[in-house]
Amino acid sequence: MKNNSLVSISDYSKEEILAILDSAADFEANPNRKTLDGKVIATLFFEPSTRTRLSFETAVVRLGGSIIGFSDAATSSSSKGETLNDTILMVSCYADAIVMRHPLEGAARFASEVAPVPIINAGDGSNQHPSQTLLDLYSILKTQGTLENLTICLVGDLKYGRTVHSLIMAMSHFHPTFKFIAPDELKMPDEYKVFCDKNDIAYTEVNELTDNFNDSDILYMTRVQKERFQDLMEYERVKNVYTLKNEMLANSKPNLRILHPLPRVSEIDPDVDSNEKAYYFRQAQNGLYVRQAIVSKVLNQK
Amino acid sequence: MEKELKVAALRNGTVIDHIPADKLYQVVSILHLDTCEHQITIGNNLDSAKVGKKGIIKISDRAFEEDETNKIALIAPNAKINIIRDYLVVEKRPLTLPAEIKEIVQCANPNCITNNQPVTTRFHVQLHDGEIMLKCHYCEREVQRDKVKIK
Repeated sequence: MKNNSLVSISDYSKEEILAILDSAADFEANPNRKTLDGKVIATLFFEPSTRTRLSFETAVVRLGGSIIGFSDAATSSSSKGETLNDTILMVSCYADAIVMRHPLEGAARFASEVAPVPIINAGDGSNQHPSQTLLDLYSILKTQGTLENLTICLVGDLKYGRTVHSLIMAMSHFHPTFKFIAPDELKMPDEYKVFCDKNDIAYTEVNELTDNFNDSDILYMTRVQKERFQDLMEYERVKNVYTLKNEMLANSKPNLRILHPLPRVSEIDPDVDSNEKAYYFRQAQNGLYVRQAIVSKVLNQK
Repeated sequence: MEKELKVAALRNGTVIDHIPADKLYQVVSILHLDTCEHQITIGNNLDSAKVGKKGIIKISDRAFEEDETNKIALIAPNAKINIIRDYLVVEKRPLTLPAEIKEIVQCANPNCITNNQPVTTRFHVQLHDGEIMLKCHYCEREVQRDKVKIK
């Protein structure tokens, strides 16, 4: 790596991942500091993502840093045809680090090669979104007390869902067992199953949600998107089968926690929200502390 | 029956033989022979006991760097590279696929930055269960060696 950029979760070793989670716990205990006083962070969102942008911007502001940037490519010079190369070089003149979201896969890696300042990838198309993965890990660690030897059930769109793919990569350091629950159309791609085989990670594949997660410690739900289906009747069927309802949790383990990268649509019934096992909103809050840890790391600030 | 010489002998230069006929023009392209000013003889659809129909390229008075000829390994791994001096083969050069391939391959992912912005492609060559895969340095997608798109 040329600089401190965070483009892909695989850029971080196990030790670096654990250091980020440690640092996030520190920020959770004391989120308001002035360690980024005088620093300028650019948030370049070539496609809108309100949740991720606000989370990063809050992380920076709570550390005393300032924010410049845009929240939509329509308001940036890329709408005039400027190349990503030029936009990144221009912004690098002003900012100490760049947080970017881009609709094209590989955009963040390319930016990290041309920018003299560190790049934090806040999502490049369907490829990587490492701060989401790190906040998922932080949430798992916080709720289970460990990352080692957990059974993690991944549900929903396992084919296109980048969060579940990155989670498999990141958890591979910690001896997990996976259960993949998805309709045939959205099954886990072979390359990730090959990855599990290579890393001695046990996994099973199941078609129906029902109570197939009763042996799991983490139930990671994802959104099943309508546009992924060619047959809309199939979508209607799948949508109902993959909705988690409170009554389905009756025989789950007491330590089970339900995660979801949000936004959710119909895959988690609102009647689950009041269950103590529902963790998805606190998971989003954890994102703040993890992003404080990430921004501090790329800028070498404690 | 007397053997017929279909392609003229070369005094000095490089011969690339046993190119599968359907890959010949890709080899021409990745070596940029279209802009090469040396004398070049190209034969294609010649009978070959080994590959059925083969192509052959003879380039006079030109030596290629190894990383240039290694690009051929990507599309014609069984091609033979012979370096000729005074009508004699002085070197039979083995083809080794490089660990990284720049520029000549196009990423199969239409949503990859390299297909949408002026970015030079880069691929990491990896071996998965005996199968050679190319992983895009940017979008991280993998494609099998025999399915790559040459630019």
